[in-house]
Amino acid sequence: MSTTTASDAKRKAPAGERVADWADGRLGIYGLAKANMRKIFPDHWSFMLGEICLYSFLIIILTGVYLTLFFHPSMNEIEYHGSYVPMQGIRMTEAYASTLDISFDVRGGLLIRQIHHWAAVVFLAGMFVHMMRVFFTGAFRKPREINWLFGFLLFVLGMFTGFTGYSLPDDLLSGTGVRFTQGAILSMPIVGTYISMFLFGGEFPGHDIIARFYSIHILLLPGIMLGLVVAHLILVFYHKHTQFPGPGRTNKNVVGMPLLPVYMAKAGGFFFLVFGVIAIISALFTINPIWALGPYRPDQVSTGAQPDWYMGFAEGLVRVMPGWEINLWGHTLVLGVLIPLVVFGIMLAAIALYPFIESWITGDKREHHLLDRPRNAPTRTALGVAWVTGYMVMLIGGGNDIFATHFHLSINSITWFVRIFFFLGPVIAFIVTKRICMGLQRRDKDKVLHGRESGIIKRLPHGEFVEIHEPLSQAQLHALTAHEQYAPAEIGPTVDENGVERKPTRTEKLRAKLSKGYYGEGNQVPKATAEEYKEITSGHGHH
Amino acid sequence: MSSQEISEADLPHEQATTHGTAVAEHPFADPGLPPHKPRIQDIDERAAKRSERTVALLFTLSMLATIGFIASFVIFPVDKIVYVWPLGHVSATNLSLGLTLGLALFCIGAGAVHWARTLMSDEEMADDRHAIEATPEVKAKVMADFADGARESAIGRRPLIRNTMFGALAMVPLSGVVLLRELGPLPEKKLFHTGWSEGKQLINMNTNEPLRPEDVAVGSLTFAKPEGLEESDHDFNNKIAKDALMIVRIQPEDIKDKRELEWSHEGIVAFSKICTHVGCPISLYEQQTHHVLCPCHQSTFDLSDGARVIFGPAGHALPQLRIGVDDEGFLQALGDFSEPVGPAFWERG
Repeated sequence: MSTTTASDAKRKAPAGERVADWADGRLGIYGLAKANMRKIFPDHWSFMLGEICLYSFLIIILTGVYLTLFFHPSMNEIEYHGSYVPMQGIRMTEAYASTLDISFDVRGGLLIRQIHHWAAVVFLAGMFVHMMRVFFTGAFRKPREINWLFGFLLFVLGMFTGFTGYSLPDDLLSGTGVRFTQGAILSMPIVGTYISMFLFGGEFPGHDIIARFYSIHILLLPGIMLGLVVAHLILVFYHKHTQFPGPGRTNKNVVGMPLLPVYMAKAGGFFFLVFGVIAIISALFTINPIWALGPYRPDQVSTGAQPDWYMGFAEGLVRVMPGWEINLWGHTLVLGVLIPLVVFGIMLAAIALYPFIESWITGDKREHHLLDRPRNAPTRTALGVAWVTGYMVMLIGGGNDIFATHFHLSINSITWFVRIFFFLGPVIAFIVTKRICMGLQRRDKDKVLHGRESGIIKRLPHGEFVEIHEPLSQAQLHALTAHEQYAPAEIGPTVDENGVERKPTRTEKLRAKLSKGYYGEGNQVPKATAEEYKEITSGHGHH
Repeated sequence: MSSQEISEADLPHEQATTHGTAVAEHPFADPGLPPHKPRIQDIDERAAKRSERTVALLFTLSMLATIGFIASFVIFPVDKIVYVWPLGHVSATNLSLGLTLGLALFCIGAGAVHWARTLMSDEEMADDRHAIEATPEVKAKVMADFADGARESAIGRRPLIRNTMFGALAMVPLSGVVLLRELGPLPEKKLFHTGWSEGKQLINMNTNEPLRPEDVAVGSLTFAKPEGLEESDHDFNNKIAKDALMIVRIQPEDIKDKRELEWSHEGIVAFSKICTHVGCPISLYEQQTHHVLCPCHQSTFDLSDGARVIFGPAGHALPQLRIGVDDEGFLQALGDFSEPVGPAFWERG
């Protein structure tokens, strides 16, 4: 032992190795690297959506720190005497004035502000699409339900971080948004006026809200989000990534390329691609030109006021809701604002709860690492599309004035369209999506049993024309039949072992009903079986 | 509970993972990973060299772009505006810094990805997954350890300690809650009053002069604030958020609401400018119909009919301010609003 050490000591290890040794002695990095350096990641374009979110989040933090160096989160009123001529002599808060300074007096300040805002828009859009990917492929199933919740929280917190962020410049547009929020808070029964007074430090707008939003925006929310992002990534590593079924890909393995070098280069490179594209967008396209809006004043407003896109559906809910108010016993129940607030919460909560609802219906307690193709889970896919439809209809509602002016439509008819289609649209979307999924399932089954349509027409000796169907390779056959299909859950025996009759509980009945809706006859197409295939390919069952 | 569980037979079976060679026997069986297909770079060194040069070129471009960034930072004054087709007149700094930074970043990314796609191995490998759940032995050990720990702490045997500890832990956050009380004042009756009171003149927001009835023409929309409120006041924004007033003149015979007519002066009516929905200032006036529209959420009020809501999400009419004329002939308020202005709230009643 001592001799080997001595001879090793003579050969001096390279500097990098010595640094690594030093770190290993304190951090145990070799143990970590052993498990992770050549970790396998599967490849699919849709797996990159989450990366866009991660990278835009990092970009937001980097640019956000820079902005804090110049921004004054103060509502002290001053008269502007900066370099932007149209605003000179106008009274405004220091928050607004310092945002003007960032835009006009700090070299590169406008660019960083625009990157910050564009990255936030991309971050939220990325999360929205990433969540759709996870939802429609069933990647939220066990063991990933908690990571779905982490992601959901990131989405919701991202919305509020975005809102508090774009409110900071205290311009006329964002101030109007804050006023709207205050009005919505007031609608809450019993506690509304108290929360409003406490949040604003008195009556609206007061002198505190910008400073308070500032600490929420730069510290509280991003702090929580950073923790969630780290936890989200740790779980992705720990669970190992999901993959689509295919030859050699099972529920027990993960097929792809190693972290070092391929994903280091691809994912690391992708950070620069995302950053680069956002920087170029920020150079070319103005976002939130606060200098054109003017400082906030509670008695002034501009037309076409819109929140950032991710708040649009909440805006829509508030815009199209009829103005119901109930006055009873000296109190007012402001249903016209309260119901939109509640529906907003319910629509978000539905996202969080879905994995648990589905696993209750299937009763499946196993781990799932193979992704579903959306068509192979018609009811889930249809539910997801229904939700997105309701969301999109509300997005139209949130921009009803913009739609009215741009398409020369009556704002009243748009509002009525949204009111009706918020309920009707999801139903239509559900039915249509389910039909499409089932049609695609049938097509897959047809392809498996009869092969791929080659487009080659052959004339048989007796004059008949037939199209040649090319049989699929075994790999293709496997990929198209690898998905699992559940049988609908039955209500357990209604007579127990002693012959005593037992009434099925209401939850049991509900579950059986839902399960039938998911997996019952007519709600999924039974996949091709080997027997069917053999019968057809053996030549007897000529079609 | 067990009746809730789905029977094993209902669950789909695990896909057979054996690498079936007898295709006829198991036509859908997993044939295993397909053999690796080499890329042109794997077999042709010249192609690999070409890829290498492309990657190096991208990295070099990035370096040049960074130099361009620094140069733009130094060269362009911060207020320089240039015309660039098709963008129009844009800030030279913003455009040059953004494009060079974007290019510098993008080229690093493109280089790395091209390197990975053409030169690094693209042979797919399989890693095993391991169940997340612990084995029964591990679970039993953990449970036993936990039981040992719990027993040694005697938390179960000494409920006095346990209960007082939970009590203390439950109560200590109350200090934090109490501290939050300092965030703001209690609502009290603050939302019920505005800056208007009997005898206060209506000051034109634009001219900062008291209004006379003859200043208000039919078809015009005038905004007013109460006498004594100045833009330079420390709490101007708080005040104007409730006091903002809009004034229109309607032919008295066109006023449908009886009380509105009583509270007007020669057809001049004054309503709160703050929308009763969520508090945006109303600013669009249609002369012919006397409708006003809130541009935020499109609540529409009929000013000739007690400002009742005729469309949109607002829940009640705009409060009207009773006005008259003082001895000098200026418009004045005859009191505060009779109801709270702005969005509805629980205590409003």
